[in-house]
Amino acid sequence: MKKPDGANPAKLLWFVVIVFIAYVIFKSPGWFMNKPIPGSLIMMYMFFAVVAALLVMTSTDESTQGLFAPIKALVEDPSKKIIRNAVFVIAPIVGALITYNQIKPGFDAPVELRATHPAPPTIMKAYDKTFNLATLENPFRKLQTENPEKFKEAVKEGGAVYFKNCFFCHGDKLDGKGHFAQGFNPLPLPFQGKDTIAQLQESFVFWRISTGGPGLPKEATPWLSAMPVWHTFLSEDEVWKAILFIYDYTDNAPRSWVSANSKKDG
Amino acid sequence: MVSCLMKKRTAGKAVFLFVLSVMFFPAFLNTGFSASFSPAAAYAGTDAVSPVAHEETYTHPPAPKLKAQDYPIVMGINSRVFVWMAAQLHLWFAAFVLAVPIFVFIIEAVGMATKDERYDKMAYEFIKVSLTAYSVTALIGGLLAFSLFVFYPDLMRYMTRLFGQTMLLYALLFFAESATLYIYYYGWHAMERGFSKWAHLTIGLLLNAVGTTLMFLANAWVTFMMSPSGVDAGGVFDGNIWHVIHNHLWNPINLHRFVANIAFGGSIVGAYAAYRFLSARSDSDRAHYDWMGYTANLIAISALLPLPFAGYWLTAEIYAYSQQMGITLMGGAFAWLFITQAVIIGALFLSANYYLWCGMERSPGAYRYTKYIKYIAAVIVVCFLVWFTPHTLILKPWELKALGGQYHPFLGPLGIMPAKNTAVNIMLIFTFLSFLLYRRANKIAVVSWAPLGRAAQAAVFAGAILNIVFLGVYYGYFTNTVYKVASSVPQVASTLTVIAACMVIDFFMFKGAKDVGELRWGGIPQRSQYALFLLAVSFTWLMGLMGFIRSSIRQHWHVYSVMRDASVNAYTLTIASAAKTVSAAAIIFMAMVIFIFWLSALSSKKQDKPLPLGSDAKNPKEGGGIR
Repeated sequence: MKKPDGANPAKLLWFVVIVFIAYVIFKSPGWFMNKPIPGSLIMMYMFFAVVAALLVMTSTDESTQGLFAPIKALVEDPSKKIIRNAVFVIAPIVGALITYNQIKPGFDAPVELRATHPAPPTIMKAYDKTFNLATLENPFRKLQTENPEKFKEAVKEGGAVYFKNCFFCHGDKLDGKGHFAQGFNPLPLPFQGKDTIAQLQESFVFWRISTGGPGLPKEATPWLSAMPVWHTFLSEDEVWKAILFIYDYTDNAPRSWVSANSKKDG
Repeated sequence: MVSCLMKKRTAGKAVFLFVLSVMFFPAFLNTGFSASFSPAAAYAGTDAVSPVAHEETYTHPPAPKLKAQDYPIVMGINSRVFVWMAAQLHLWFAAFVLAVPIFVFIIEAVGMATKDERYDKMAYEFIKVSLTAYSVTALIGGLLAFSLFVFYPDLMRYMTRLFGQTMLLYALLFFAESATLYIYYYGWHAMERGFSKWAHLTIGLLLNAVGTTLMFLANAWVTFMMSPSGVDAGGVFDGNIWHVIHNHLWNPINLHRFVANIAFGGSIVGAYAAYRFLSARSDSDRAHYDWMGYTANLIAISALLPLPFAGYWLTAEIYAYSQQMGITLMGGAFAWLFITQAVIIGALFLSANYYLWCGMERSPGAYRYTKYIKYIAAVIVVCFLVWFTPHTLILKPWELKALGGQYHPFLGPLGIMPAKNTAVNIMLIFTFLSFLLYRRANKIAVVSWAPLGRAAQAAVFAGAILNIVFLGVYYGYFTNTVYKVASSVPQVASTLTVIAACMVIDFFMFKGAKDVGELRWGGIPQRSQYALFLLAVSFTWLMGLMGFIRSSIRQHWHVYSVMRDASVNAYTLTIASAAKTVSAAAIIFMAMVIFIFWLSALSSKKQDKPLPLGSDAKNPKEGGGIR
């Protein structure tokens, strides 16, 4: 085999540089755009970046030797006694500092693992009726293909419902940034983007709007949602029309398994 | 006093059932036997319908409505954990003993076709490991059946009523499986040549047919509990056994388990080969077990490649069957277990690739390709990070404030399936690239059109990646669910096209190729063998975790929406509790597997004859003690 760069002690330096670059990349959205990648995720990202760098650098014998030769020399070479002692003092101190920073008590509220989209029940009760969520459909959705003019009208009426009731929290752009949004924890959900309501069937949205925060199932702890129980304020038709509006405005289509209900271009 | 009596009665019943399940398990599962139970007893605690009415009104009674008292408590054992452990251990061993004969059959056939006895020897060694595990599988299967009948008698009575015919068939097939497996193993050397070899291969085929049918039958019971069919809302059987077998999730799980078993089986025998490689004392043994490990890894990776697609189909069908189960699975309570699953799958890919990269050390010509490893690794890691990026993040308050919501503006789109599908397809393509480079590491193509062939392969790779990215981005983010889910099919097709096209080109391009030097079997670095261990441990853990998720998305139902679980254990575990129980089961399984490895190795050891009196004990002609 061709003699590669195996005995090159710069391998270890490369390893450090690669890990450092990975760290900078993961931190940069937070540093430069104030959109930090959460620390919990950075830890996972960094773990696998380090593992992958180690795997690549130990995939050949020469490379492995190059990577570990400086460490071996540091431990075994008598001429490196001063550096060795310095490393043996500094490394545990750094480790201790990191550990301390990880576990020291703080004043921040603890992190919460919240199920933003909790599983819906099979049936729900509202408007003195029982709805089967597995089969429930938006009664106005069929107008989209059967009578587009009436559909537009229903969407418009849904918009009026939204702006009279929902926009204070969910925002005029439906981005979850309404006037009152910052006063709540959890924050009101955004409807914009392809990763929000496009993932959900309309029956799910109907359930969430109708029963609000108090209707959340057990798994959606800590049940702090300020979402009102809208079925006590709005009629059934108003809720369905508001749903039509939020999908239409955000150019999303509800999750559906029937091609006829789908529009291909958003 | 009453509770004491009840406990005594329960313990007595437990002993009785144990004896029955061990001695007459097949008969116990038979409908005829279960019919001898009083329906009134089956419906003890039913408050909705009179038990007497069942006998008079129904040919097939509805599912019982149970109360917490209907679940026996035996010596304070947590019935859920006990059954879970037994089921999980049984499933691991069963997956292993069903999968190994599949690839043993293929390896034996390859050995016959190529007339290379090394294949035959390796196939025999694989089946030997499997045979040792077979008795453990049966034992734990008995324990599982016993514990189910003891802890969940009413559920099992209901299931037996529905599936009695298939349970009888299962028992008969189990005997057929045992018979064919023993004939296949013990007849290996007696049927080594000529027509006998064909007969032996046919027995192997029969063994696999029986084994696969067994699994399909058991899958019907499991999937019926998730997506019941052939019964009405009250659980009343319509009288057609095919309807209950052929439920909504039966075929998706049949495919998923079939493929996953092969990958799992390959990884376990790979770990066995690694164990033997690391403990080998001679170069010939090291070379043999290196080759065995390579083959096992190849089997595991070959089955791993289509596995995400089978899993995706199963998940899509679960979602299509029930929005509630679908959201519980991926958006609700189990979403973070899915992230854990994604991390383990990433570990699988990394360890499989690492083994291939280290394997290049066997080839004197590998230096031409090792420089590409870092690029392959970079792509795989980027895809891997996308693969496990969650949609709902764990945020500190200041992070939540900075982001202005639970979703990250940049990472949010990576948290949903189109991004995951795109990432996993590219990850598969680059894993295949590692394999392709490994294959050609020691060869030089001599055909005149080799540059053209390489260009064609590069074009296929580039075209497929572009297509996968386009499908993932356009259909994933700019159309709705119907097209989004459907686009995963052409994505998979692109990946499979790369694999098929490049293998065909490679086959012709390297026909009669020149070797750079002699391949050094046994020359692989020892650290690579730990990748094989990691592969086996990751598969085991993954199966345990996903098994828990699949079963638990029914939540408080024994049979989803038909028969409610009223036991005190009918609650969803926290992520940590579930992970700990799965990990404990995985550790028990791995300990048992190590014992099986040791047993298999022991069977090939021979004690030397005692030295004759007066001979030189310090310098024996043959080494003393156990070799």
